[in-house]
Amino acid sequence: MEAIVAEGISKVFKLHVNPSQSMKERLVRLGRSQTREFIALQHMDLTVQSGETLGILGHNGSGKSTLLKCISGILKPTTGQIRLRGRIASLLELGAGFHPELTGRENVYINAAFLGISRQEIERRFDAIVDFAELDQFIDEPVKHYSSGMYVRLGFAVAINLDPDILLVDEVLAVGDEVFQMKCLDRVRQFQQEGRTILVVTHAADVVRQVCNRAIVLHHGEKVADGKPGDAIRIFREHLHGSLSDTAPADEGPLRITAVEVAGTRGGPQPGIESGDPLTVTVNFTADEPIEQPTVALSVVSPEGQTMYAADFDLGKTALPPGNHSVSVQFTEVPLLDGRYTLNSRVFDRLHTDSAATRAGRDQFTVLNPGIAHGVVSLRVGDVRILPAHDAPADIPPQASHPTDPKGI
Amino acid sequence: MGSAGGSSSELRIISARRSIPEHLREIWEFRELLGGLIRKELKVRYKNSVLGFAWSMAQPAFLLAVYTFVFSVLGQGFQRFSIWLLCGLIVWTLVSTTLVTAVQAITVNANLVGKVPFPRAVLPLSTFGSAFVHFLLQFATFMAIVAIARHPIDWAYVWMLPLAVLALSLLLAALALMLSVVNVYARDTQHLLELALIAMFWANPIIYEYQRAATWFSQHSLPTWLPLLNPFTAIVTTFQRAIYGASSVGDRQLLPDVGQWWYLRNIGIIGAVSLGLLALALWYFDRAESNLAEIL
Ligand SMILES: Nc1ncnc2c1ncn2[C@@H]1O[C@H](COP(=O)(O)OP(=O)(O)OP(=O)(O)O)[C@@H](O)[C@H]1O
Ligand SMILES: [Mg+2]
Repeated sequence: MEAIVAEGISKVFKLHVNPSQSMKERLVRLGRSQTREFIALQHMDLTVQSGETLGILGHNGSGKSTLLKCISGILKPTTGQIRLRGRIASLLELGAGFHPELTGRENVYINAAFLGISRQEIERRFDAIVDFAELDQFIDEPVKHYSSGMYVRLGFAVAINLDPDILLVDEVLAVGDEVFQMKCLDRVRQFQQEGRTILVVTHAADVVRQVCNRAIVLHHGEKVADGKPGDAIRIFREHLHGSLSDTAPADEGPLRITAVEVAGTRGGPQPGIESGDPLTVTVNFTADEPIEQPTVALSVVSPEGQTMYAADFDLGKTALPPGNHSVSVQFTEVPLLDGRYTLNSRVFDRLHTDSAATRAGRDQFTVLNPGIAHGVVSLRVGDVRILPAHDAPADIPPQASHPTDPKGI
Repeated sequence: MGSAGGSSSELRIISARRSIPEHLREIWEFRELLGGLIRKELKVRYKNSVLGFAWSMAQPAFLLAVYTFVFSVLGQGFQRFSIWLLCGLIVWTLVSTTLVTAVQAITVNANLVGKVPFPRAVLPLSTFGSAFVHFLLQFATFMAIVAIARHPIDWAYVWMLPLAVLALSLLLAALALMLSVVNVYARDTQHLLELALIAMFWANPIIYEYQRAATWFSQHSLPTWLPLLNPFTAIVTTFQRAIYGASSVGDRQLLPDVGQWWYLRNIGIIGAVSLGLLALALWYFDRAESNLAEIL
């Protein structure tokens, strides 16, 4: 059963070339103000089934919020039609409609009224809302005294406790501290189990992987992917980084890296692998002078700038004559999880470290994680099984859970 | 955040045009929001003030005291002129507060309109609502003072007051809806309105008597119904006739020497026209509503 059917929707914004709200200028131009059309959504079809959790990915300005606003009825699509089934609640902006002078309690009532919910219904859920937000001590304080996290918690708690059939979430899962975020994700999972439909806009690929069973990618207002979260994330990354260009100049010196080839197992504009696949890096360089003790150093840096791996590969005492050379390093297994990693390389002579050639930030490879795990590294999983119940008679005597060190330290 | 009700069994089209009854039904579904916004506005206004609502009530009492003193010194006006004045002022305060707040109802809530779906008509209507609560408080104080002063009100006309208030409410609701939207497209509206209200104040027989205007018009061979084109005049004169309680003082004619039918007819015309205007306003509002978030 469909929960959302959007047919051929597009959204065209008129941008004012000379923005003016004043009547004087309007009169001068006889009402015609110069406008330029901007297509924020381009003829999009989207059907979401009841119970689906759809992730929406896309670069800044790709039209994600515009899509959600059209679905929630805040914006009207320029063409096309959207049909919905059931009550819809959107978490586009948490706490919008809160009045700073009013207390948390008063704001809960107003906020719920914006959702079209009756007073009795809120009264029934009030305790659950306050519990969820963990604000019982502050609920009778004016919200102007709340921290921004508390503000958002309360807004989230209201929206999520009023059981909508369709929940729209726009980048708000990232608010609150870690514990609250986990609580929100838990609630989203509970929603899924109850068969509700959820649309999540986020830049965190991890969230999509964790909670969504389908994802779409928007690129300049067009839907460029629609499918499994893993595939969508890969396409999203490819589009996001596709425009990156190599413009850094090759460094001059007696030793120069001319090219680095990264050979993965997946095609596409970026070399890529799946978690656990092998990866071969070939460093090509030119030496004007002989290299007595050649060494190649490689490092892999995560998108957050963290060095995931770094090592020097000593090529022994085989001196290289001047000319073009290639060194290849084969990694038999790359246990990284999803992401786009930067490969930095360096070639130098152990005996003359001043003549080193460095190439940083120019080579990349992506790792796609087809599995369910998220985090940094892929741990190899063996057996996962249910153990026999503990209260069954066992041969082994119970052990202290915290063995003490008799000697002390 | 936001939502809309609806049965979960069928697919319904969103952002569809509504008929006027559908629009009204949707506003009715959000009546709790309307009430909540009115309460919010009143609460916020009197937050941290010791007297709170008493301030609304104090105003007419204070005005009465000041005017009574001023006009007894200046010797202007006629007997119990301050009561005459208050009849008009109370009505005019309702009109001007409603319009001044309604014109900005959507623009000051731009953030909300851009992020939360709900029937936007609730915003201008709630400004009328809170102005109306004020009006009731002020009216109650005014009536209490009138009773204490043993001023003779004319019961033969008092029963018309609810009708007059109803007609005025329809008119103000229609104007509030229209002004709030127009101001989104041209912010000049709010400034124009301020000027218009000053002119409108003097176009109403509040400080002067209706009969004086009517006489002036007939002396210049203009039809005497011309002042009645100002829709608020019918309401103001009804309040004056009922509460001031006389159409003349001494040999001075304040209001036309006519019976109830004249007032009723005026209220009836205003009510009918306002009803039409309200329908027009709802239609216009519905057309513009789905574009508001985009323009703001
Ligand atoms: N009311 C508006 N008037 C004109 N242009 C608008 C309006 N709202 C959005 N846009 C434009 O539409 C495009 C899409 O915006 P949108 O907010 O949907 O992006 P997004 O995908 O949510 O981006 P982000 O990741 O930054 O949240 C942007 O280029 C934005 O400038
Ligand atoms: Mg956005």
